[in-house]
Amino acid sequence: MSASDVVISGIGLVSSLGEGPDAHWSKLTQPGLQPVLETARFAPYTIHPLPEIDWNLQISKRGDQRQMETWQRLGTYAAGLALDDAGIKGNDELCATMDMVVAAGGGERDEAVDATILAASESRNDRDVLLNEKLTTDLRPTLFLAQLSNLLAGNISIVHKVTGSSRTFMGEEGAGVAAVETAAARIRSGQSTHVLVGGAFQTEHSDMLLGYELAGYLHRDAWKPVWQRQGMQGGGVVTGSGGAFLVLEQRAHAISRGRRIYAELGPIVSGRARRRQGELAATIGALLDQAVKPNGKLLTLSGASGAHAATAAERSVLDAHPALATRGFSTMTGHMKEAQFPFAVALAALAVERKAAYPAFDAQAEKPFEGVPDSALATAIGYHQFEGVALVKAA
Amino acid sequence: MAKLTDHMGRPIVAVTGIGVVTSLGIGKTDNWAALTSGKSGIHPITRFPVDHLNTRIAGTVDFLASSSKGASPLTYELAETAAQEAVAEAGLDSSDFGGPLFLASPPVELDWADRFSLYNSDKADSGAERLLRVARGLKEIDIFETTQFGSIADRLADHFGTRGLPITLSTACASGATAIQLGVEAIRRGECDRALSIGSDGSATAEALIRFSLLSALSTHNDVPEKASKPFSKDRDGFVLAEGSGALVLESLEAALARGATILGIMRGCGERADDFHRTRSKPDGSPAIAAVRAALADAGLGEDEIDYVNAHGTSTPENDKMEHLSLSTVFGERIGSMPISSNKSMIGHTLSAAGAVEAAFSLMTMREGVIPPTINYDNPDPAIVLDVVPNRKRDASVGTVLSNSFGFGGQNTCLVMAREPV
Repeated sequence: MSASDVVISGIGLVSSLGEGPDAHWSKLTQPGLQPVLETARFAPYTIHPLPEIDWNLQISKRGDQRQMETWQRLGTYAAGLALDDAGIKGNDELCATMDMVVAAGGGERDEAVDATILAASESRNDRDVLLNEKLTTDLRPTLFLAQLSNLLAGNISIVHKVTGSSRTFMGEEGAGVAAVETAAARIRSGQSTHVLVGGAFQTEHSDMLLGYELAGYLHRDAWKPVWQRQGMQGGGVVTGSGGAFLVLEQRAHAISRGRRIYAELGPIVSGRARRRQGELAATIGALLDQAVKPNGKLLTLSGASGAHAATAAERSVLDAHPALATRGFSTMTGHMKEAQFPFAVALAALAVERKAAYPAFDAQAEKPFEGVPDSALATAIGYHQFEGVALVKAA
Repeated sequence: MAKLTDHMGRPIVAVTGIGVVTSLGIGKTDNWAALTSGKSGIHPITRFPVDHLNTRIAGTVDFLASSSKGASPLTYELAETAAQEAVAEAGLDSSDFGGPLFLASPPVELDWADRFSLYNSDKADSGAERLLRVARGLKEIDIFETTQFGSIADRLADHFGTRGLPITLSTACASGATAIQLGVEAIRRGECDRALSIGSDGSATAEALIRFSLLSALSTHNDVPEKASKPFSKDRDGFVLAEGSGALVLESLEAALARGATILGIMRGCGERADDFHRTRSKPDGSPAIAAVRAALADAGLGEDEIDYVNAHGTSTPENDKMEHLSLSTVFGERIGSMPISSNKSMIGHTLSAAGAVEAAFSLMTMREGVIPPTINYDNPDPAIVLDVVPNRKRDASVGTVLSNSFGFGGQNTCLVMAREPV
């Protein structure tokens, strides 16, 4: 234990299960919990929808809410939850010195405008001219800002006044991994004392599904837990809307503020397997070895997406480690892309802080875990590329 | 024996390779010749029809193989081309770079050309439903990869043999500077001896142009394209959308000297500050930009009187140039009237995600060549902005230190301080 350790002092979570660490803990520790599913709206795809959210609770100005689409609102909301949880929200001095790394994709396009253009394209050969004609007249001018990747961070600055620094990383799950890794490195090296890090994913929009389906990644069959989708119709990924933000803090800084510490954030390791060359399983194995030498049972919060190849590779490596008791939380939340790794780290931290493990989310595939987890692993193996693993330890 | 650590005891970060592509050409030689002769790369748009558009000019890069193939392929080719030049100049193995990659690139989306072709390859149902059904039947993943935010960096990492998980980032118009900052920080933390930082942007599509146009951000001086970008002029009316790329090989001075590399410049300091005022406008008192400049100076260990030249963000929008003047005059005080401050964007337009990296490359060349590129089109000075903008003609000058500014939508402010020589 050292004064410059990285600790987790705030957690903000939103998923189909609800909002906040308490709601997630109480739901996810219920034996036999059933996921919240929406099977009709995007059929043949099943998704885990957002819960009901009162945006006013974290984004008090209606004007700010109107400037965002759901993805930015969701991220700004989850960030607010984390800041609240860490006792930083509304503290001007702490917000003004706080660094921020957000993992982001893009915001929502205007589906109606796109559909009109596509429909018209069936009877027009001058499609480029059609595009100019429609986009110049039909697009809402400020929609662009709701689509820009870095404007989730921008809105967090505006709404929550976090202004120390603002960086947005892009690149699906890997962006979430790199964001947490970079934030922790800043704290360890003394560059930052407290950092807001996380992401959000809003799946209830056709383009967000298209981003997976252009490579056939989405599951199209009856819903099954994340480990049981091999061989079924589709690519295995069931998505979910959600967000996860963490307040990472230098231990001495958190203690001097008298804050509760959920857990210490230990090593974070990341990789880029050349999957076409068959490196994935070996890379995951190497990341695990770098992150931890298990001493007894180790609870593992897996962000496995369900994507057939990546999930099979991850499972083969995790199953080969007799010490690991894996919990594939996408079974309960769906895959949240950029938010997946911060979410995994948050769930790992919660288990360590509450001194209890989650029951199996899938009793067929997951082993029981008895006793108190004094550390827990978090993984995010990208459905298509990039991998990351972190170890969370008792505070 | 050179000093290898800076005023805070951190490893000094040197630049050992520089690469650049803009509408003025490929590579440093062509770009520098054009830039110092005051040549503009802004031209009428020919990539797509301009019917119905208020802005019909841009600084697109039209001479690469991918120039007409969409934003993702072009952004990749721009990045690879600039990085190739930088890695070669550094004398490193271009397939085994051996350090991390930081890529500033535009957010990606499914290109309209692909959207149209997918949609019209089928007749059943309509809208998103049809697109999704066609999508899942695709046999190739090329289109998919253009929609993945991490794919350009993944390909670059394969090509150059960079180490670890590549970071793709966006801080809007400050992205290129942030990519450099991340590389500097990784070396200072001792995570690596070298890093490849690239800013690349090939996203000048019709939709991008229309989006900026709807925000009234673009110049509509279409008639004489090369005159449209006029930073700090009274009649400036917006920026000119452009493409380009800049790449730097960053190396700890110690590692660079140990392998006998040529030191092209020093990354002295980086500073940033987010603005919480508005999504597109700066806080009226300029305090975030002021804080970013001061943070960069402090990080560099330099006083206000130790900056020889400012490579301005200078977009040619009414708002930016006014705010940049306010923040610079606040930081530098009376000295501001006699400091050379020029905007490369007067010639190359605004290369968005690439701008910070392209302009860092030009800043380093300014010091090495002892020549300051001008701000062209400075025919009607804005009386409210009294600056020495190095008007219209290059200037010979010994420049030992440069401040390069990057400010972007979403309250992004990032400043870099570079020096010609190690301390």
